Amino acid sequence: MLNVGKIEEGFVLDHIEAGKSLSLYHHLQLDKLDCTVAIIKNARSNKMGKKDILKVECDINMLDLDILAFIDHNITVNVIKDGEIVDKRELILPREIKNVIHCKNPRCITSIEQELPHIFFLADEEKEIYRCKYCEEKYDSKK
Amino acid sequence: MRHLMNPLDFSVEELDTLFELAMDIEKNPEKYADRCAGKKIATCFYEASTRTRLSFEAAMINLGGSVIGFSDANSSSASKGESVSDTIRVISCFADICAMRHPKEGAAMVAASRSSIPVINAGDGGHQHPTQTLTDLLTIRSLKGRLNHFTIGLCGDLKFGRTVHSLINALSRYEDIHFIFISPEELRVPDYIIEMLKEKNIPYEEVIKLEDTIAQLDLLYMTRVQRERFFNEEDYVRLKDFYILDKKKMKAAKEDMLVLHPLPRVNEISVEVDDDPRAVYFKQVQYGMYVRMALILTLLELV
Repeated sequence: MLNVGKIEEGFVLDHIEAGKSLSLYHHLQLDKLDCTVAIIKNARSNKMGKKDILKVECDINMLDLDILAFIDHNITVNVIKDGEIVDKRELILPREIKNVIHCKNPRCITSIEQELPHIFFLADEEKEIYRCKYCEEKYDSKK
Repeated sequence: MRHLMNPLDFSVEELDTLFELAMDIEKNPEKYADRCAGKKIATCFYEASTRTRLSFEAAMINLGGSVIGFSDANSSSASKGESVSDTIRVISCFADICAMRHPKEGAAMVAASRSSIPVINAGDGGHQHPTQTLTDLLTIRSLKGRLNHFTIGLCGDLKFGRTVHSLINALSRYEDIHFIFISPEELRVPDYIIEMLKEKNIPYEEVIKLEDTIAQLDLLYMTRVQRERFFNEEDYVRLKDFYILDKKKMKAAKEDMLVLHPLPRVNEISVEVDDDPRAVYFKQVQYGMYVRMALILTLLELV
């Protein structure tokens, strides 16, 4: 069994679908932060069989976690301070997502004007539907 | 400063005011002949159009203003690779208001976000065409005296037809509207429109044959299958003559049903229907100019 040490302050993102941790690492822009990050892949899980875990040692105000809800709201967010879990944060779908996903509609203005930010708005909270701000095309992750 | 991107940008009450103004312009054109003296409209058309562009230009000229602009992307800086954002910043220095048509969806919205003058979306790809919707609503309101309690059939290309999408959105705000969507399987109304109707509990049906449903319609909105929206020529050829409205089909329709069409018409309405008093698509063009006059006055705050 692999052992990764405790962190003093930061986040432990648990119950990440196995294999997805690296994409979360990029979505959270952890590559741009100068902090300790542990990426644990395929950890044993009673609930999921296999899961990924991300441990991020940083100031807890530094990370914008809203995007996690868009990616997978089953992720457990443990907030760590002084080496202890002080909070389990609920994930709320962001109203707007900027430059995380790209519009795939070939008729959208973003397909020809590269400098435009890719902005999606939450069109239906219940069904978790996001639409492109420009062309209103529904985001489909399978496309 | 206001823009017009989507017919829903104006509330029902604001639309009523706009339509009253348009009807007053129709009755008393001389009253408005100098209202835009010294003002310029830029018609920035990145995609071919005669009707919409000339309608905007005639509207501004009738208000005593003048017109600058371009009528295809090749005669603009877009051919040199200039972005819409940059173009509108430049146009803002020359004109007081801009009407923009662009083949890409959301282009007018990008322009509006960077502009210091009001921008009117004159059509953005297969997405929205709000001034056509205002034209359609004014035509219905003027000829029927109301904008509620209708069964409306929309026929033809309901997938790429932006006029259809805009009209459905706009009519969905009025009471007791029943939509019947008549289209081949491949050109059905997009899912986001169906979702919106379901959410608002607005009744709709989807059918394939026009003959089966024409007798129950108060309004029939015909559309052209547009070659420019297809990536595949074969699909276009297969679907272009799917519907043809002729005298025989009109016999089954109500005596006071109105036939509307955003034009240009190709084969979907036979010319023999043109003399039928229920065919109002050429009157619609006239109303289009009045409503654009009213819109220019409203956005320039010259009412």
